[in-house]
Amino acid sequence: MAEAKAEVEETLKRIEAHKGVVGTIVVNAEGIPIRTTFDNSTTVQYAGLLQQLTMKARSTVRDIDPRNDLTFLRIRSKKHEIMVAPENEYLLIVIQKPCE
Amino acid sequence: MFADGTAGSADVGSLWRRARSARCEAKSCQTGEISTAEAAVQSRTSQDAGVQTDQSKDAAQDFQQEVQVDSAHLLSFLQRVEDVVIKELNKNWKSHAFDGFEVNWTDQNETVLCLHKLSYPEAQDQKLQVTSVSWNATGSVVACSYGRLDDGDWATEKSYVCTWNLDRRGLNPQRPDLVVDVPSSVMCVAFHPSQPSLIVGGLFSGEVMVWDTSRLEDPLILRTGMTDDTHTDPVYEVNWLPDAKHRNHFQLLSASTDGKILVWREERDSRLALAEGFALVAQQIPRSIQLKKLARGEAAVGVTSLSFSHFDPRMFVVGVEGGYSLQCSTAVETEALHRTGSSVPLRAPAELAFAPHGGPVYSVSCSPFHRNLFLSCGTDGHVHLHSMLQAQPLLSLQLSKKYLFCVRWSPVRPLVFAAASGEGDVQLFDFEKSSQKPAVSIKQTTGESPVYCLEFNVKQTQLLAAGDATGTVKVWQLSSDFTEQRLREMNHLEQLASEVTD
Repeated sequence: MAEAKAEVEETLKRIEAHKGVVGTIVVNAEGIPIRTTFDNSTTVQYAGLLQQLTMKARSTVRDIDPRNDLTFLRIRSKKHEIMVAPENEYLLIVIQKPCE
Repeated sequence: MFADGTAGSADVGSLWRRARSARCEAKSCQTGEISTAEAAVQSRTSQDAGVQTDQSKDAAQDFQQEVQVDSAHLLSFLQRVEDVVIKELNKNWKSHAFDGFEVNWTDQNETVLCLHKLSYPEAQDQKLQVTSVSWNATGSVVACSYGRLDDGDWATEKSYVCTWNLDRRGLNPQRPDLVVDVPSSVMCVAFHPSQPSLIVGGLFSGEVMVWDTSRLEDPLILRTGMTDDTHTDPVYEVNWLPDAKHRNHFQLLSASTDGKILVWREERDSRLALAEGFALVAQQIPRSIQLKKLARGEAAVGVTSLSFSHFDPRMFVVGVEGGYSLQCSTAVETEALHRTGSSVPLRAPAELAFAPHGGPVYSVSCSPFHRNLFLSCGTDGHVHLHSMLQAQPLLSLQLSKKYLFCVRWSPVRPLVFAAASGEGDVQLFDFEKSSQKPAVSIKQTTGESPVYCLEFNVKQTQLLAAGDATGTVKVWQLSSDFTEQRLREMNHLEQLASEVTD
């Protein structure tokens, strides 16, 4: 168990070590953030809003074609690129700065 | 004579009462019985209970402990998504797909429009030309001066300075809000940088005058008069100069083709008195090694244009008739040679000479975004982009086959400038789009009448005013391309400036 926990940390560290990464958030199926590198208010905001958006995006994709499904969500904003890796049980949110 | 007497009483029976009692009848009436009933009501038993939430200090932080995290599950999730996330992270970091892309959520003005076509018919009847335009401090009033640029003769005919308030309802483009009669051609005007009603004008006769547009009776409030200090040639540039000693006080600076740049201060009796002065003398112009010998003659140092640096209040650039641009400073100490007759000793301001144009320089403009960049243009139809750090221009662009009369940097877009050409065009140039040809060329006049002056509006940045030889001032509304600064535009400007060749 502890081993798995350590490995979780390690995987996330690997992702965070990438160029331009501002931070990561892991959200569970209930929309509750379970691991974050941001402060409270930012985490809660990102987790809540992005979970809704991801669910909406997924239902959009599946409504258009029921045999299709959402695999990844990238949002380009003026300041950041927000990436969401969705799955039934968890969401991984990564915020990256665009390259200069 | 008098005695007591008793009169017998008399009874009068009531006829009325008798008549009434005879007709009296007895009747009875009763309302129906009111039924009433009684019922018992009682409330249920109630109970009070106290409820209070616990104040939790770090509820948000608790989630990491409170939520049961199945680490094994989470790990398998992370391992599944790690590859794809890392792939996307790398892709995004290397991607240039969105470079320079900007969403504009606001409405766009696609085209350049002519909003107003202003003119003063009397001046047009005299065939006077618009020699200069200026926006006031609020950005709503435009002033223009009438005079002649194509006639070298000593003109004695009277001329005008006109103002229009564009925000005024019922604006009549043929009728200025204010017309000031001036005894000689006005070569240049400039509104005060903070007081919206003050204008300074430079005259063909060499005089400098200040008008207050709020005084309708007699707007003239200050003048230099004709003294030994006054310019002996037409004044081609006037400017308000912040006073170093007193804040909110301004001095006036005028530059003329007699080679003098004079600073005026307010005196009693609505006079302007000379505060300090500079004179360009051919021998004192610094020669850089790359430049050949100066063109002959004193006439070469007549100042036609002047622009102050936006970064150093003492530094300015002048354009002279000899085709040179000179970097000058007000902080110089060297005295100018061969100058007599003025009440204040004149100094030689030139510090550096730049590579010359093929003819007189008509206009210079210092960049509001970069301390080393300035533009110059002249009769050779070329615009030179100069760095203060080298004599040779960074760029030389031919924008006209005839003359170029005016060049101005945009106050909002670091890479944009506008130039007024002898063919009657206003050329808008955008270094981001092309460094060879103008982004937009607006036809201001028909029949190749030259455009003499143009000015961006610093307050309402979408406006550009340009005046031409037909005596008309046109106010153009620029498209959004020219009013919104782009991402990385400053970097691009920095790159332009650093392309110093030596």
